[in-house]
Amino acid sequence: MADELERPGENGESQDPAAPLPAPSIWPFGFALGVALVLVALIISSWVIVAIGAILALVFGFLWIRAATREVRATPPPEPAALTADVEEEEGEEDDGEPRLSRSLFLEGATLGIGAAIGGIVTLPSVGFMVLPAFLDQEYEQIDLGPLESYPRDQWVVAKFRGTQAQPDGVARRTAYIRYNGQQDGTPSFTILSNRCVHLGCPVQPQGLTDEEAQMIETEAGGVELFKMAPSGFGCPCHGGAYDIEGNRTAGPPVRALDRYKYSIHNGRLRLDEPYSVGKVKGTGSDAQIAAYDLVDPGQHVDGPEQFFYPYVP
Amino acid sequence: MPKTKSKRQQQIEAVALYPVDWLEERSGLIGGLRYFLFRKVPAETNWFHTLGSATLTAFIVQAVTGVILAMYYKPSAELNPETGKPIAYESIETITNDLTLGWLVRGMHRWGSSVFIILLFLHMGRVFLFGAYKYPRELNWLVGAVLLLMAMGEGLTGYLLPWDQTSYWATVVAININANAPIAGPFLADFLRGGQEIGSETLTRFYSLHMLVIPGGLAGLIALHLYLVVRLGITPPPWTKAAGGYEAQPNGGRPARTGLVNPSPRGNGNGGRERRES
Repeated sequence: MADELERPGENGESQDPAAPLPAPSIWPFGFALGVALVLVALIISSWVIVAIGAILALVFGFLWIRAATREVRATPPPEPAALTADVEEEEGEEDDGEPRLSRSLFLEGATLGIGAAIGGIVTLPSVGFMVLPAFLDQEYEQIDLGPLESYPRDQWVVAKFRGTQAQPDGVARRTAYIRYNGQQDGTPSFTILSNRCVHLGCPVQPQGLTDEEAQMIETEAGGVELFKMAPSGFGCPCHGGAYDIEGNRTAGPPVRALDRYKYSIHNGRLRLDEPYSVGKVKGTGSDAQIAAYDLVDPGQHVDGPEQFFYPYVP
Repeated sequence: MPKTKSKRQQQIEAVALYPVDWLEERSGLIGGLRYFLFRKVPAETNWFHTLGSATLTAFIVQAVTGVILAMYYKPSAELNPETGKPIAYESIETITNDLTLGWLVRGMHRWGSSVFIILLFLHMGRVFLFGAYKYPRELNWLVGAVLLLMAMGEGLTGYLLPWDQTSYWATVVAININANAPIAGPFLADFLRGGQEIGSETLTRFYSLHMLVIPGGLAGLIALHLYLVVRLGITPPPWTKAAGGYEAQPNGGRPARTGLVNPSPRGNGNGGRERRES
């Protein structure tokens, strides 16, 4: 009885043909757990757990393959033995025996291997050059928006400026909507909204009158144009998304509040730092409580269950 | 009609055929061409069967006009300091307004792109309604589906090239739609933009995709598509005898090879053609 219950091949002997099914094994469960861990960790952007899951999957996968192929791997030895036995029988003509690696097989493998090596050496850097620059060294430039006195208290302004020096003027222009909220705990407080609609990225427009004459501010990066305005909210011309004065969605397809810019004060001048995404804003002005997240693309949820579909993009 | 030819006729014929024979002997190309052009097709083909060739013609028109447009178009987002306009947009203006017949070739390319997509869908509808995607032609349906995707990729990448407000913001929206695919979306969007913002890299990148990468893939897949068409033959319309005769047998014969031009003979002695009478 005990012999029959043993897994085939476990005792090193060739298995008996009456055992058609492989014995139950724990390895597939570990493998599935590892794969599931990798997928979950990819979604929640935890590279440590990705690594753990990958190691689990690899180890259990290897053990699984080893267990599953034990039968097959156990079979071959008799054949070489038989072959060598045959050769040994015809001992007189040992040169005619089948060599382990024939010349044509070696040449075939060498051609394929060298071809693959050349292909890889040529292809990998090219593909890397095509793909990687879009993901690496992507940093926002900090932009000087002029002296604080240019921004009267509680006055909305449209600020137009060059967002980057790396692009030609036509596509480097950026627009932000800025309001100075007065001092808060001794430091100036600003509300700076991005004009990028968080539905699909069209430029949102202020709802209300805007001054036609610009106030020009000289900066090293090509100047800033300020237009005073009195908006009741913001609206997007493309698909009708609407936002209130703090950037919260009030109507239409957007999935979160308008993105905002971080800012800092240097030598009495307002400086624009990188933008960030916003889930929701409670309160107004300097009292606003902002649910801030790392910057994500338009249309992507930052809160609620949908956020897990969108990994962090470096 | 007299069958005999004069000696002079024979001589002329020999002179005319000599280069053809020369080429055939050394390459077999003439035989291949004859095999391609004079293969058997079902008796009851109709005009709907020309939609595939029409789509191919539209692609050739796009390829030829596109090559010519590439001789004049400049994929640069830089501003011309004299006029203040982007160089890409200016080159489109030059092609359309100043160069001889430029308006025509650009118009052929611009409107031909829509014709190409429309014909693709009509061709796909024909294949679907005729059941021509069924065994043994499933692989050709898949190749066609990839061709459709690549053609739409051509549409997306080509739309940005005039570099005007419409194309810029349409591309912003299109890439952000791409970015909303779960998991892979944000990476795909960054790859398409060449960074986090649409800029001059996006224009050059789209130009390369539009005129090198995707057309190369399209041409290769079209060759595979045609190879499979020639190998598998053309499906007869479903209402014809030819299609009916080769349907699967209720009495459990071999699986149907609907519309194959030279089906292997049936083993059940039914003759294969008079099945629909019961």
